[in-house]
Amino acid sequence: MTREGWIRLLVIAAAVAALELACRLGWVPVTVVIPPSAMAASLVDILASGKHWADIVISLRSVAIAAVLSIGLGFLVGAVIHAWPLVRGAVEPLLASYYAVPTFMFYPVFIILFGVGPAAIVAIAVLLAIVSMISATLVGLDRIPLVLRKTARMMHMGPASRALLIGLPAALPHLFTGVKLAVAYAFIGVIASEFILSGAGMGYAIAYAYNNFDNREMYGLMLLIILVVTVVNTGLDAVDRRLQARLRR
Amino acid sequence: MSVSPAEVAVVPDTAMPHARLVGVTRVFSRRGKGEDIHALGPIDLDLKRGEFFSVVGPSGCGKSTLLDVLAGLATPTSGTAEFEGRPIAGVPAGVGAVFQEDASFPWLSVTDNVAFGLRRAGVDPAEIARRVDYAIGFMGLRGFADAYPAQLSGGMRQRVCIARTLVMQPRLILLDEPFGALDAQTRLLMGDELLRMWRETGATVLLITHALDEAAMLADRVGVMSARPGVFIDIVATGWDAERDSRIVSHPRFGDLTGHLWERLRVESLKHLREG
Amino acid sequence: MRSALGSAVVVLVLLVVWEGLHLAVSNSGLPSPVATLVRLGVLLGDADFWRQAGETGRAFAAAVVLSTFAGIGLGILLGMNRTTGAVAQPILVNLYALPKVTLYPVVLLIFGLGISARIAFGIMHGMIPLTLFTMNAILNMKPVYRRSAAVMGLTPWQSSFYVVLPAILPEVITGARLGVSLCLLGVLIGEMFAARNGLGFVVMQAMERGDMPSVLAVALLLAVLALVVNAALLALDRAWRR
Ligand SMILES: Nc1ncnc2c1ncn2[C@@H]1O[C@H](COP(=O)(O)OP(=O)(O)OP(=O)(O)O)[C@@H](O)[C@H]1O
Ligand SMILES: [Mg+2]
Repeated sequence: MTREGWIRLLVIAAAVAALELACRLGWVPVTVVIPPSAMAASLVDILASGKHWADIVISLRSVAIAAVLSIGLGFLVGAVIHAWPLVRGAVEPLLASYYAVPTFMFYPVFIILFGVGPAAIVAIAVLLAIVSMISATLVGLDRIPLVLRKTARMMHMGPASRALLIGLPAALPHLFTGVKLAVAYAFIGVIASEFILSGAGMGYAIAYAYNNFDNREMYGLMLLIILVVTVVNTGLDAVDRRLQARLRR
Repeated sequence: MSVSPAEVAVVPDTAMPHARLVGVTRVFSRRGKGEDIHALGPIDLDLKRGEFFSVVGPSGCGKSTLLDVLAGLATPTSGTAEFEGRPIAGVPAGVGAVFQEDASFPWLSVTDNVAFGLRRAGVDPAEIARRVDYAIGFMGLRGFADAYPAQLSGGMRQRVCIARTLVMQPRLILLDEPFGALDAQTRLLMGDELLRMWRETGATVLLITHALDEAAMLADRVGVMSARPGVFIDIVATGWDAERDSRIVSHPRFGDLTGHLWERLRVESLKHLREG
Repeated sequence: MRSALGSAVVVLVLLVVWEGLHLAVSNSGLPSPVATLVRLGVLLGDADFWRQAGETGRAFAAAVVLSTFAGIGLGILLGMNRTTGAVAQPILVNLYALPKVTLYPVVLLIFGLGISARIAFGIMHGMIPLTLFTMNAILNMKPVYRRSAAVMGLTPWQSSFYVVLPAILPEVITGARLGVSLCLLGVLIGEMFAARNGLGFVVMQAMERGDMPSVLAVALLLAVLALVVNAALLALDRAWRR
């Protein structure tokens, strides 16, 4: 690990220790924040008792479906828009402002369209996540160097092999940035919808624990979500950095 | 003299030029957004089979555009372009090009980069291995066969592109400032390698360069282009014999040659500088 | 101009799709665009609606102002030094990607149920992109700028004001654009969960009543407002980059 990595670890450890101390000394009332050690213990209990497995599975499944859908559809839409300059000129200004729209407010529409349940939540998450993939696809396709297209033509490659063997790998670093963002937004969309609007999933479990003044359970679940998201993001980030180092020119 | 049928196809008539441009111009239309850009021509040029032709000219005069026309990547706005007696429509078989910009594939190792075209062409794997190995050695990339372009210097990446073109054994090789990223000394040595390759393969070479000494040392003929729209204002025969190498830079006639080239170019380069 | 026309066409297409959905779903409750606009008109004439909108506006404005100052300030602090920047970068990126909504109960426990919780939650959303963009802009600034400034005899203060600030401003504006949008999102989420005020609360109430025209009218209003504000900041961004 790099020097910065160690310092970062130290900073985080110090922050956690300070919180632990503040809680133990009674500076922070346990009705507000419980000590990190208690959060960890609660997390272990949650996982061991299997009480929330159903919620965990629902949430992670929704996130996975939403991520796959927004990556796949986002790439397709991006590629079509890219090939169609007229549509692109019309859509692009809207894309740049799109994420400012509070998507959650349209949840009832999706309930009407898809019924109550995970499908409506997946739809919200896709709505939130797909735009970053569309934008990344446009950027990626734009940045394929002209000279690589020329090279492909010098080698008498047809349109299909040109797209597959030259275009795709050349655009990959940008596409992956889109993938990373789409996964993050899928998490945000699913968990937030569950939290405010739904009756199942990890987000809902936290809201439920809060409403029942069950701080121990609430903090255990929060820790779980933070850990899962951090692990996924760190993994994607590591892949991203390797891709950028090798492929960006 | 008896000639086998296979050779007839490739060497039909030594008197006929290998590539020929007649009245070629290229105009970039800006569709109403300002004046059209007349980038090139009219150009008349006959490349003799097996000759080494160099092009020098001020920046932006249309040299790369000329290369695109010969490579079949751009159609002339007017005039005709021919390669081996046939009009150029699309990229002709037997033409290879190394572009001014770095065109190495960053997602492939040096070996895979060099082998890419051969694999696409379905050449026998043993033959691919043989040719790739030779080209990598030839271009001084021996220790970097498994490296990726991101790990190479700009000059080395350009050498990967040259190797990738050479393994296809083109009959007409188009090179656009291939040594632009190299220091002056390495440039001369790479020039020697290029001459050796040219003698070995008997290919026709068109080399675009901005280094007058490079043009004077390598070429049989040097074409001097005017500022945009580029036309040939002079074509100078160097008169070197085929067995030349970089040591001719100390030949008394070498100085006269580069002096003459600069005399023709100075006025044109000034024009470019003034007009931008 | 042509792109504005194109965007208008896209909006028109969206409206047609909406109308089509309304017809397809028939009487199951998806209101038509016209019905939604009519309801919006009614709401805009209602004094209580304006009170709720004012509540949201106050929380939003406070969150924007506070997160802008805090975000830029923290970004500059972290960006002054390579090490702090490298240490903070992944933490900030991870915070950005975290579903912050899970932390809202903590905010509620600390600030109570009043407006300050919503402001704090808006700041949590809006501050991170500003910090991140400001910090990266300073870290990625070409060192030659600062050295040239020094060579030209500028004092550190002068060089901060005439060289560093203009150099990082475009990035900061981009961060502010993201930050403002996310501030609104944070405030609204706050209002939708455990609040008795604001437009988010109005929407939640309408949802519970099954009053779809009101839900869509408020959502539409907020979407249009967000788009307009964002487009204005985008125009500023472009003007500056030129
Ligand atoms: N695709 C294009 N569209 C519009 N104008 C172009 C295009 N390609 C080239 N030009 C213009 O044509 C002129 C000739 O360009 P070209 O690249 O052939 O010059 P060059 O001689 O290779 O220059 P350099 O020595 O800098 O490489 C330039 O003025 C350039 O701006
Ligand atoms: Mg050129």
